[in-house]
Amino acid sequence: MAKPTDLVQGTLDLLILRTLTLQPMHGWGIAQRIRQVSREVLQVHQGALYPALHRLEQQGWIRARWGESENNRRAKYYSLTPDGAKYLRQEQAQWKRLSSAIGLVLEMS
Amino acid sequence: MRWYYKLPLRLRSLFHKNKAELDLDDELQFHLQNQIDEYVAQGMNPQEARRAALGSLGGVEQVKEECRDTRQVNFMDNFLQDVRFGSRMLRRNPGFTVLAILCLTLGIGVNAAVFSWVEGILLRPYPLVSNQERLVALAGTVRDQRDQTSWPDLLDVQRSCTLCETLFVSNITGATLSVGERAEVITGSIVSANYFDAIGVHPMFGRGFEPGEDTGRNAHPVVVISYHLWQTRFKGDAEIIGKTQRFDNVVHTITGVMPEGFYGTFVGRAMEYWVPASMVEAFYGGSGKLEDRGARWCEAYVRLKPGVTRNQMQQEISAIAARLEAEYPGTNRGRGIKVWPLWNTPFNHASHLLPTLEIMVVVAIFVLLIVCANVGNLLLVRSLARRHEMTVRLAVGAGRGRLLRQLVTEGLLLSGCGAAGGMLVAYWCRHSLVLLFPGDKLYLPGQMDGRVLGLSAAICAVVTLAVGLVPALQTRHLALADTLKTEASAVMGARGRAWFRSSLVVLQVTLSFTLLVGATLLMQSLRNIRTTSPGFSTTRVFDTSVSLATAGYDAPHAKTFQDELIQRVLALPGVEAAAYARVVPLSYGSFSSSPIAVDGYEPPPNGQSTDELYNEVGPDYFATMGIPLISGREFTRADDENAPRVAIVNQTMAARYWRGKNPIGQRLQVKGNWALVVGVVNDSKYYSLEEAPRPFFYVPLRQYFVIEPDIHIRTTQPLQSIQTALIREVRALDTNLALYEMITLQGLVDRSTSEQLAAVALVALFGGLALLLASIGLYGVMSCTVSQSTRELGLRMALGAGPSNLLRLVLSRGLLLTATGMMIGMALALLLTRLLGNLLYQVSPRDPLAFLGALAVMTFASLAACFFPGWRATRTDPIRALRAE
Repeated sequence: MAKPTDLVQGTLDLLILRTLTLQPMHGWGIAQRIRQVSREVLQVHQGALYPALHRLEQQGWIRARWGESENNRRAKYYSLTPDGAKYLRQEQAQWKRLSSAIGLVLEMS
Repeated sequence: MRWYYKLPLRLRSLFHKNKAELDLDDELQFHLQNQIDEYVAQGMNPQEARRAALGSLGGVEQVKEECRDTRQVNFMDNFLQDVRFGSRMLRRNPGFTVLAILCLTLGIGVNAAVFSWVEGILLRPYPLVSNQERLVALAGTVRDQRDQTSWPDLLDVQRSCTLCETLFVSNITGATLSVGERAEVITGSIVSANYFDAIGVHPMFGRGFEPGEDTGRNAHPVVVISYHLWQTRFKGDAEIIGKTQRFDNVVHTITGVMPEGFYGTFVGRAMEYWVPASMVEAFYGGSGKLEDRGARWCEAYVRLKPGVTRNQMQQEISAIAARLEAEYPGTNRGRGIKVWPLWNTPFNHASHLLPTLEIMVVVAIFVLLIVCANVGNLLLVRSLARRHEMTVRLAVGAGRGRLLRQLVTEGLLLSGCGAAGGMLVAYWCRHSLVLLFPGDKLYLPGQMDGRVLGLSAAICAVVTLAVGLVPALQTRHLALADTLKTEASAVMGARGRAWFRSSLVVLQVTLSFTLLVGATLLMQSLRNIRTTSPGFSTTRVFDTSVSLATAGYDAPHAKTFQDELIQRVLALPGVEAAAYARVVPLSYGSFSSSPIAVDGYEPPPNGQSTDELYNEVGPDYFATMGIPLISGREFTRADDENAPRVAIVNQTMAARYWRGKNPIGQRLQVKGNWALVVGVVNDSKYYSLEEAPRPFFYVPLRQYFVIEPDIHIRTTQPLQSIQTALIREVRALDTNLALYEMITLQGLVDRSTSEQLAAVALVALFGGLALLLASIGLYGVMSCTVSQSTRELGLRMALGAGPSNLLRLVLSRGLLLTATGMMIGMALALLLTRLLGNLLYQVSPRDPLAFLGALAVMTFASLAACFFPGWRATRTDPIRALRAE
């Protein structure tokens, strides 16, 4: 059972958390939203999505509740906890610093 | 992150596993449906859409497993699975399981029982008493020899001691108690008034002693009684407080009843009553015991302040004792006070039992190690049989860590059952130490408290790891391809896999050999002691005494009574002789001692003391005891208080002080008075059978009178009838009197060697068990080797080896293991038998006979253990062995 590398995993967590700041969402919706927002660049593989959701839930950053979906099916909705929001802010700042640093290095020559 | 998010989730995963699983199912199902919808919207037909959706999800089960992993239920789940699987494996092999659990029960049980004894007798000997870890015992010393302390000295120590929290006196005493028809002698304590406050135990009703009740001669006849006494002798009378009761001849008011489970502060006896120190003379006789600094009768305990060490305490006490010595040279010259740890308290049974219990701890640990080696060996045999299973599990993808966990879980199951059984064994055995001291009426309770349980749990954990990891080491060697293909055949004496099992056997042999040496040494020593003549006859002489002092007799009355009683005793049928003596040898009583002087004898200049022991004895003492008179005469009725003082000396004394000259007719100074030596008698034993011959002398009882001497009776009658007759005669003279215990001198001899006997019994028992276990281990290894090397044996046979060659091959291999074990065992025994030092009598801890004996027993046992596998080797059918592969 190979696990995704830390970078990928951390990035996916970040994407999920960011997506959930808008509104509570189910797994399918999260995947769709990430795809749309990234203009079809980021395809979240379902095999990685659900373990990530469960992990985030275990860590207390998101919470799950059962609800009714748009097409009247029973769906599990995830929402951000205050702890999750705090974690997201930290990680976002970290990400910005990291990506601008990488940008600087790449545009050097 | 926060526990309140996590906890419900974890609990849900664990206890509502089905609910969590269904949720997961539903969630993935929802995803799948949405995916299908999307594909249908894109124009696929429903069946194609479904297949495509399943494909894109990438294996529903894998996703589920990964989600489960993040929930961390797998750990618990796997554990439960391991437990289920393990118990199934154990059930399938009942013989192995029962043997292993029995071994572990024995090993853990023995350790827990010994710990409970050490805890209950040495470390926390006094139930209910608070802060025992800070209690120490105080005893006096005179020129480095132990002595009691005096009441005024202790009061001074208490006043000026800054490091002690509290100091209290607790002396053992006895009293005749008559309630209704029954009179018996019961054991109690004479204590200082602060006793109950100091130990932190208070009467369950009534009161303890008030300050000042330990002052004033016989001023406060009050008594606190034990729960046991209250229940048995006073039938739990609820109105008991304020009632009066005769203890000896003094009427005491009962002021309190102690709670159940409190037995006082004396290792070896349960106390039944407590009286304040002001009553000491009613129980001990004498006068001025509370004021006289020279009257030494006190035994005391001190509780240190928190953080104070015994050494600091000793320094302060020594300083105080030195000041007292300077202040009162008349009574305190050469005297000090020594601090003793509780487990070595010199004035109760703690110090007697210490060496025995030390040996028991070592023996128990040995037994545990042997048991571990044996169970490890059993598991190894089984893991060989399970090699195929393990290999298959590895082959289908189990991690080695997972296998390890499985094996440790099985070890845990075994040691858990063993520990449960061991705890039961220990619980049943916690009071059984006293069984090793028959006829001594000792009270030696074990204590199963949290510390004992904790230690046992730690042992159980170590055992689990040991027995679980041993077979795990074996799986390290599993090479997948080899083992799956075929069982590789081993060769006799080949190195490799077998070395580990062999070294376990060597360990067992080593330890049991050491125990055997110890047992043999102790047995030799016991035989030496038991065959040592005490110097007096033991079988037909009885000893007892009459409670004259406690019944309030003064000297003139006592003299009349003693004369009348001995006349009546001599008139009894079967009585050959009878005599009084202050102290009976080999008992707990202490002989008098006095500095002596002899005409023409100059004490050596090195300051060696001329204090010698003596006994106050009546007429016919030597005839009654059967101590041969070498020259001169016995004491007679004429040697009374009006006659010139006389003395009789023993051989060693005659040789030391008169240097070969005949001492008869010479003068001897005792306590400042000159006495004429009238006889010389053979040496005998005085305090213990092990002691070296020492100078000793006797003086007439009438010239050094004591109110309550022992009476020795030589008779042809059995104990029962002489006892009945004596009680009748005593009652005829005074109905208030009671008889103390009656015992033959042989009984006293046996009692004085009971610690050695206990150690022998214990070490022999465990040595035997260890031998048995080691033989089983050796047998297991050898039969396993034989059955694994069938092919080689068949080949040898085909090449012309006869049965005797094969037998020799197997036996020599087994003996090699034994010999290695014995070599190491010999070295270990040489190191450890020094522990026996105090218990050995006229046996060197390196006695070659003991080592040879152990060697013979061990060799014989290992030959027996190897014989059956060897015999099976000779029965190998070469054709079948060769064709089998």
